[in-house]
Amino acid sequence: MSDKNRGQKGDVLLEMKGLRIEGRADEEWIEIVHGVDVTLRRGEVLGLIGESGAGKSTIGLAAMGYARDGCRISGGEIWFDGKELRSASEDERRALRGRRIAYVAQSAAASFNPAHKLIDQYCESPVQHGVSSRAAAEKDAKDLFRRLQLPNPDTIGFRYPHQVSGGQLQRAMTAMAMSCRPDLIIFDEPTTALDVTTQIEVLAAIRDIVEQFNTAAIYITHDLAVVAQMADTIKVLRYGNTVEEGDTRAMLSAPKEKYTSDLLAVRTYKRDERPRPEAEQPLLQVRGVDASYGPVPVLHNVSIDIYKKRTVAVVGESGSGKSTTARVITGLLPPKNGDVTYAGQTLPPDYRQRSKDQLRKLQMIYQMPDTALNPKSRIRDVIGRPANFYLGYSGKQLTERVRELLRLVELEPDQYMNRLTTELSGGQKQRICIARALAADPELIICDEVTSALDQLVAEEILKLLQRMQDELDLSYMFITHDLATVRAIADEVVVMQSGRVVESGPKEEMFTPPHHDYTDLLLSSVPEMDPDWLDRLLEERAELAKQGRVLKAADN
Amino acid sequence: MSTVQSPEADPTPIVESDGKMLRQVACFAALAYLMFLFFSHIGTELTSAIGGIACSLVAVLLIYRGWSGLGLNRMRSDIVAAGIFIFILGSLTALGRFMESPWSAFFGLVGLEIFLLAVTAGWKEVRKAPPTALFGVGIIFIYIMASCLASIIAPYGEASVVGQTYMPWGSELKDGGIALLGTDQLGRDTLSRLIYGARNTVGVALATTALTFFVGTFLGLMAASLQGIVDQGLSRVVDVLMAIPQLIFALLILTVIGDGVLNMALVIAMLESTRVFRLARAVALNIVVMDYVEAAKLRGESLLSIIWREVLPNATAPLAAEFGLRFCFVFLFIASLSFLGFGFQPPTADWGSMVRESGNLLNFFTMMPSMGITPLVPAFCIALLTVAVNFVVDWFLHKMSGLKE
Repeated sequence: MSDKNRGQKGDVLLEMKGLRIEGRADEEWIEIVHGVDVTLRRGEVLGLIGESGAGKSTIGLAAMGYARDGCRISGGEIWFDGKELRSASEDERRALRGRRIAYVAQSAAASFNPAHKLIDQYCESPVQHGVSSRAAAEKDAKDLFRRLQLPNPDTIGFRYPHQVSGGQLQRAMTAMAMSCRPDLIIFDEPTTALDVTTQIEVLAAIRDIVEQFNTAAIYITHDLAVVAQMADTIKVLRYGNTVEEGDTRAMLSAPKEKYTSDLLAVRTYKRDERPRPEAEQPLLQVRGVDASYGPVPVLHNVSIDIYKKRTVAVVGESGSGKSTTARVITGLLPPKNGDVTYAGQTLPPDYRQRSKDQLRKLQMIYQMPDTALNPKSRIRDVIGRPANFYLGYSGKQLTERVRELLRLVELEPDQYMNRLTTELSGGQKQRICIARALAADPELIICDEVTSALDQLVAEEILKLLQRMQDELDLSYMFITHDLATVRAIADEVVVMQSGRVVESGPKEEMFTPPHHDYTDLLLSSVPEMDPDWLDRLLEERAELAKQGRVLKAADN
Repeated sequence: MSTVQSPEADPTPIVESDGKMLRQVACFAALAYLMFLFFSHIGTELTSAIGGIACSLVAVLLIYRGWSGLGLNRMRSDIVAAGIFIFILGSLTALGRFMESPWSAFFGLVGLEIFLLAVTAGWKEVRKAPPTALFGVGIIFIYIMASCLASIIAPYGEASVVGQTYMPWGSELKDGGIALLGTDQLGRDTLSRLIYGARNTVGVALATTALTFFVGTFLGLMAASLQGIVDQGLSRVVDVLMAIPQLIFALLILTVIGDGVLNMALVIAMLESTRVFRLARAVALNIVVMDYVEAAKLRGESLLSIIWREVLPNATAPLAAEFGLRFCFVFLFIASLSFLGFGFQPPTADWGSMVRESGNLLNFFTMMPSMGITPLVPAFCIALLTVAVNFVVDWFLHKMSGLKE
């Protein structure tokens, strides 16, 4: 692959002027990006950051002269290496895509074709564009897999996507984007779907490879701490407008706009731990639970105590058994051994055998508010149902109760009561889920990753709301999360789980003070910090530890 | 319906702003009416009277729905007017039924009104519909008109012999009238029979499809929600039923239990519901894994409540589309059974048997083309309705799935 026409570092590669994009909603075109300018030089990494709906992905795709279904580029110019993409023919644009501009999607698992082996998909683009022969492309693939530190680089390409873990798949996708040695790669939230521990490896891999090939990149994310590690310059977007743009370090140390400083200030919310009550019986006790899905064991001797008016955070990577523990507690998955007691009474293992009152006291809030609310229901029914079902409210009384609950979760009753659940934003939906749980007048709420599907500012508001509910209604929470910032914010006690076992548990302050169990250390150190040097430092530290024989690595590496 | 809320107590309208409830009521009314049509074939005088009363009740319901939010939705006054109209007509006919007044004229008007009501409720959508869908709606409208107002429109009675056998198109009859489409093998007016046939064939097809869906959907949702042995049991029974060629199986059963409209409807419903079962089950399987269903289960809701509140509302779009398609299949099924002599019995007019009875006229095509194509006219009616329904179904599916053009 020739580097002749690569140009010099510092030349302008991509320039978008006054970019306007419209989206179709209810038979009408509505502008969603309002004249954004983007300038990107060769070898530079630009971070696009903003909440969902800010137009980051849309702008990223527009850099390829592409608009999603139901969107159209309505104004502005897109110059890529001296060529205007909007006026270019579809054939010309197609020749660029994959060859000179590549795209890495958020979910590699959804973007790979499950019916073909990785290496076949890798070779498709170079062969198609006539960059290299199949044999050369295969050789190149193995080389890139090695550089990206994938295990067994010579053979991993011959696996199918489902035979490879999420983090590895995301790296394979990065390799694939690199296959034609493009001038520009667009990374659209490449690590959002990954665990923090896995994220580190992918971030490091992406950064190295972009540097090695002097590729320009647009890195799209909602996580400022992640972008701080990756980007040279950052552009903050909101509602399709540029809020602020500037050099990474300068922006992080001295943000000009309030919105940017709000984004920076996120994750600083923290509540002090409350002392554990002495000699009190735990509200909920999980004792020595073993559970399995069919013949596959998932939980091994898990014990957790939750006291009244306290928050227990259960942390771990995906697959560590956090959610399964919740399923055992709620009775969806009867355990093989051990039991769950509530206020001293043993709960029947199957939810079908539990009394209405036992069910009422234990409510659950889900990770995805989109799937947790019936899209065909109205809010008054969603919230009203538990109040009617458990507590017998009806008629005017029920309406009043629904209004009260809506006010409690800070939504205006008149405005929201008769809406369909699909007519809400993610944060509002999660508030409705909270209201639904509260409608049952519960004592313990299991929160399963309730903030991970939300934007950070919204997530923080939800956490504060949950905290206020706890203070006002004396609730206990079991908080399942992989995000340690959340734990720091809200927990009293922390339970760390790995591969279905409780690795470490104790009060929050104790857990956040070294020395840690190796796994806890891995989890704690993997949380990205705003400091742009954090990733370098961490990788150095880990290399140092590795020399001493302590390897901190995610399970799928 | 038990609590009447005064406007000042609850400022929020009971009527859903998108008119969904109105559509539901209108559809329910239409269904009730069609069920009546079905029963009027096999029933006595009394059942038609009950039908009239049922329609009146529906009208009351509409008026109530309309009043409660008056002034908040601009469609509302139409609905109220329509409701009153139906109510008056309904009462008159319920009475008139006992006084032996011409009832089918009334039911024609009711059917028409219901159709208009359904269109009014969904008027916004209808206005934006593509031409194919408008064509479909128009054709269906004409069919409904024809079937409801049969006794008014049709120049002669369904079974009355008005002339010689096999008269050509446009021949003059004994009483001085003209048989536009000629006469059949017994000297009955073909046009009149065609119009009556619309009522018989379409009405029974709709009622049968409704029954098909009731059975298929209910069992399908049950299977998906309960899973395990219930699902296995029902699915395997369905597999067995589907393994036997449909028409042969239907003929076999009808030979055993005897022919007739009711038997035919039941057999078709049983056979076609296997298809609906499969669809409903497949759709519901994707719904029952959602968190909101889990939340409902953990709340302690009963199975029926979960099916009714959580699963069914989310399965309506594909099921409604399937209803349209399934209606066509049922319709053709009835026509073919009638063609074979197992469905409608003479002298009841029906398109399938009309094709059969006049089939040999095709031989005269070269001598007298208009005479020769007579058997094709009912066949064309069948084809046209099938096409029209499919256009509407396509449009509906398109809208529900949120696809773009």
